[in-house]
Amino acid sequence: MKYRGKAWKFGNDVDTDAIIPARYLNTSDPRELAGHCMEDADPEFVQKVRPGDIIVAGKNFGCGSSREHAPISIKEAGVSCVIARSFARIFYRNAFNIGLPIFESPEAAEAIQEGDEVAVDPERGVIKNLTRNEEYKATRVPEFMQQIIDAGGLINYVSNKLKSTRR
Amino acid sequence: MSMTITEKILAAHAGVDQVEPGQLINVKVDLALGNDITAPVAIREFEKTGVETVWDRDRVVLVPDHFVPNKDIKSAEQALLIRQFARKHNLTHYYEVGRMGIEHCLLPEQGLVGPGDLVIGADSHTCTYGGLGAFSTGVGSTDLAAAMATGETWLKVPESIKFVYYGDLPRWVGGKDLILYTIGRIGVDGALYMAMEFTGPAIEKLSMDGRFTMANMAIEAGAKNGIVPPDETTRRYVEGRAKRPYKFYQSDPDARYARVYEFDVSKLEPQVAFPHLPENARPVSEAADITIDQVVIGSCTNGRLEDLREAASVLKGHKVHPNVRLIIIPGTQEIYRQILKEGLVELFIEAGAAVSTPTCGPCLGGYMGILAKGERALATTNRNFVGRMGHPESEVYLAGPAVAAASAVLGRIAAPWEVAS
Repeated sequence: MKYRGKAWKFGNDVDTDAIIPARYLNTSDPRELAGHCMEDADPEFVQKVRPGDIIVAGKNFGCGSSREHAPISIKEAGVSCVIARSFARIFYRNAFNIGLPIFESPEAAEAIQEGDEVAVDPERGVIKNLTRNEEYKATRVPEFMQQIIDAGGLINYVSNKLKSTRR
Repeated sequence: MSMTITEKILAAHAGVDQVEPGQLINVKVDLALGNDITAPVAIREFEKTGVETVWDRDRVVLVPDHFVPNKDIKSAEQALLIRQFARKHNLTHYYEVGRMGIEHCLLPEQGLVGPGDLVIGADSHTCTYGGLGAFSTGVGSTDLAAAMATGETWLKVPESIKFVYYGDLPRWVGGKDLILYTIGRIGVDGALYMAMEFTGPAIEKLSMDGRFTMANMAIEAGAKNGIVPPDETTRRYVEGRAKRPYKFYQSDPDARYARVYEFDVSKLEPQVAFPHLPENARPVSEAADITIDQVVIGSCTNGRLEDLREAASVLKGHKVHPNVRLIIIPGTQEIYRQILKEGLVELFIEAGAAVSTPTCGPCLGGYMGILAKGERALATTNRNFVGRMGHPESEVYLAGPAVAAASAVLGRIAAPWEVAS
């Protein structure tokens, strides 16, 4: 199991202003951004979250602004991955581009409760709830997006491509 | 095979005859845009690619607009970073304070985007240019960085939803009301990953400014893009303005849509979206007895000339309510100059409003009108999320400029006809 930790539950339509409020966007320093992760949804989140923990949310997670600061703050806060019923599209792209693993799974988003111990096997697309001894399926990642992940993010993917065309 | 306007623009930029929803394609972009919040991250990523110069110095556009004129030292440093980058790469379209505007008001005004273009921007409201019949969509900073290096990006061809608006729009009802009503009907994820195509007799009569407002808020329904079929109104707007050749695309009559919505808007009331989601739209008559502390008229949604004229027509001869701060922010320097010429700046100041230089400022809770705990604002902006304009326990209601002006006068959310004749 690649990702394993305690689940922190959030509701539907968690917007990027809740993930990282604009009042902190006068910096792009990942550590500073991490210090305010999820602040307007749960002001104590940063104190409570432990490395490896997993955010579990409802539909349309990450709606609103295009700020990449949102997935950056989640990743830097130590969250290993995000599971949601669905993701807003810019957040979805951004997460892949910066290497924050995300999984769409209506089943898991419904069944997992706050505090459950959860583990994810990305290769098999399987989410395990160790507390409840249940297993859920995650939607398969399109092959092209898997290539971006395998390259270590979009910039590496593009750099490799540019190098190979120059040769 | 038949295609929608969105599919046709994507196919043309992918260099293929045909695309289908769900297909992943690599496309050439006509323009790539960043601002003072997203560009610093994009520049950092761009520099990791090892590419020495941007793909095309005429097509990478940087507009500092969110926290400029610089609101604090950190913002000043971010603005400096993109200024230095713009100079180093000799970018043609970098807009400094005094010449700038809110990016999505500025780019169409300056003729940098045109019908049939494919534009990506590291700002979610990049979808605004769909008002011109272009495909435009918001992306993150890393996507912008990749496009700055290569001139290309990847996209998944979206399914399209067609919206048909019938009937004549009543007085005081405009693009903002149409889009709030639409989001109210389908929800904030009602068009997730999809294209929203706005059509019908009411759209054909809608001004360019109204069309920009509608396309601007497509993202608030989760859409990838919003688009209006280009017509004579579009042609009049782009003629003499467009800096590059443009092309009108139209959906085929038998193009395929995931869904079709038909709305009769002949009796539509001005709309107000209640906290804390744009989908909480209701007719203004249902917003009785809601007192407000601040009104903001501006933003990439409603900071255009027509919006400010509409607000002025309501405010004329009235004073802003003693308990209200009215902040008016023209979208660009050109709009500012025009309202000055038309005497609207004087009218606004006479009424007791503050008129600001262009900035996104209060819309995203940056500066220039932050709300204290427990305060309530009505704004012509695009989002009313928790804490959007300030303290997490403040509230934002969204509406068009006529409702905003009437509310500023009465100190509570009000219909325009309560103030103007």
